Amino acid sequence: MRIENHPILGAREQLPTVLIEVDGQVIEAVAGEPIAAALVAAGRMVFRYTRKRHEPRGLFCAIGRCTDCMMVVDGVPNVRTCVTPVRAGMKIQTQHGLGQAKGGHDAND
Amino acid sequence: MQTTDLAVVGAGPAGLAAAIAAASAGVRVLLIDENARPGGQLFKQIHKFFGSKDHYAGTRGIDIGTRLLSDVEALGVEVMLDSVVWGIFADHTLGVIRDRRNVRVQAGSICLATGASENALAFPGWTLPGVMGAGAIQTLINVERVLPGKRVLMVGSGNVGLIVSYQLLQAGAQVVAVVEALPRVGGYGVHAGKLRRNGVPILTSTTIREARGKDRVEKATTVVLDERWRQVPGTEREYDVDVICLALGLTPLSELAWMAGCQFAYIPQLGGHVPIHDEDMQTTVPGIYVAGDLAGIEEASTAMEEGKLAGIAVAQALGHLSAAEACRRKEAVFKRLDELRSGPFGEARQKAKTRLCHPAVEEQSAPRPRPGPKHSERQG
Amino acid sequence: MPLEKEGILSLEELARLPAWPSPERLAQGPVVIIECAQEIPCNPCEDACRQGAITVGEPITNLPQLAEDKCTGCGLCIAECPGQAIFVVDLTYSDTEATVQLPREFLPLPDKGEWVDGLDRAGEKVCAARVLKVLNPAVFDRTPVITVAVPKEFAMQVRNIARRG
Repeated sequence: MRIENHPILGAREQLPTVLIEVDGQVIEAVAGEPIAAALVAAGRMVFRYTRKRHEPRGLFCAIGRCTDCMMVVDGVPNVRTCVTPVRAGMKIQTQHGLGQAKGGHDAND
Repeated sequence: MQTTDLAVVGAGPAGLAAAIAAASAGVRVLLIDENARPGGQLFKQIHKFFGSKDHYAGTRGIDIGTRLLSDVEALGVEVMLDSVVWGIFADHTLGVIRDRRNVRVQAGSICLATGASENALAFPGWTLPGVMGAGAIQTLINVERVLPGKRVLMVGSGNVGLIVSYQLLQAGAQVVAVVEALPRVGGYGVHAGKLRRNGVPILTSTTIREARGKDRVEKATTVVLDERWRQVPGTEREYDVDVICLALGLTPLSELAWMAGCQFAYIPQLGGHVPIHDEDMQTTVPGIYVAGDLAGIEEASTAMEEGKLAGIAVAQALGHLSAAEACRRKEAVFKRLDELRSGPFGEARQKAKTRLCHPAVEEQSAPRPRPGPKHSERQG
Repeated sequence: MPLEKEGILSLEELARLPAWPSPERLAQGPVVIIECAQEIPCNPCEDACRQGAITVGEPITNLPQLAEDKCTGCGLCIAECPGQAIFVVDLTYSDTEATVQLPREFLPLPDKGEWVDGLDRAGEKVCAARVLKVLNPAVFDRTPVITVAVPKEFAMQVRNIARRG
């Protein structure tokens, strides 16, 4: 949920937006904001599932340290969405397990 | 390879202050930060700071950050953003990743101002989406203007927990309670008072026992602790929440200082393993300085003062400031630091900082061998 | 009630603070109420007062002191306090009502003339309150100060408001 009005920060500026795709669904994001912010603003809290027990993980530290927020972005796994800005047309997918490097396991099908 | 007189790693309040103090004395400074924006945690601090005029009291953290940034720009300090310092080597070379390439920076002196990371608490359900650090919540609500949930349980009543709880209210969320494992509130009474008069319960001797939910937090169970930290059966209480915020203190981010061979001391009052440093903020490795939370967990105001000390010390070491002028400037900083570390909230830190400059043998963490030629030998 | 356990002080504890105005001064007109009870390094209130009525001195951890004869109850200090611990009370507003000026950094701000709930330090509603003034000038740096009229007996309790509906 976006905070439209704030007692200290004032009214939210109407900044340029971009469209991104998350698991096939198009959502609107503020240009340049971290992917994680766009997802949380859209109410999406689950970013990936763990390899062994398929447990949901989402944003935790929001500063690029804990790796809980990693998703597959434009086909590249293990992207820290809390420190990666959105770009128009970005394709983001919930990551299952560790993602797939060349010739690796845990394909994200 | 890029060279500079002073490389400052971290552009939070300590790093910005170090860059300004050194550059204003004529030192060539390179300020490096891994984020896209400098300012560290300052741009999340939408509240008015305490202290005196000299400490920017009454000014909101965000505005202090803006002021420091414009000072840095006005002084012509080179700022390298989106750049991760991944390594520090014996000859004062830094390994920096920038634009997916490795870049080396050769610095005469280095000031590490890398800040701290948040502590976590493992409890059943702590990995559920919706359980977040206080810093994460603050970034979301105050920088990104995004609310992660409507009903929050705050774990931890230090100043961070109390301030973030208040900021959650300002952002439009409800804080169902602040729980604190200790038998007393950790932060300032005035911060607690603001929450209480807005209907937020503060429950001491209480901790979180469990979080439950399917794909995200839906419920939190708290429990009372006895004087031996044991959970008291029958005191469990369940809350409907969608966010659990962990405000459990900070630990210095000290990888680079370890790598550089700095000696550490283990001082719990300052957050754990802290690099030993003198009053110039110089570590046991000549030419390597530390400032801010890396040098001991305190506040933004002390971070700025420590950054100034390091900047002044480097300027003096490089001959840009006479000993007398450097001494005069440092005395002004010492006075302000003593003020910030006074009173019942500051005493423990003041004592801890004094001990850090002269630690007892048993407090020292395992020493690392000092690599490479001595700084003083090279400077001549 | 210990501050460290509850986060709030009782009126008896507050009345022992060095800056607490005397009953005589309270009976004369608006006066500042500084509910700051811990020695923390902080002194913007001292600089905020144009009459020099508030003193912190050195060390800056001192609790504020009040020269109550110098205080005009102007309320400029309310927005300056980073802890939002300063209020102004006027027991002489009318025969039945007193006014309380309090800081409030939340939206939506109430409207002049609006009826709101008067809350005490524990956030409990204790009375109805009428908004007389909402001040939010640039010089307050986004800490609005709201003046409410309350039944006189609640003047020393009401320290917050809640909008109704």
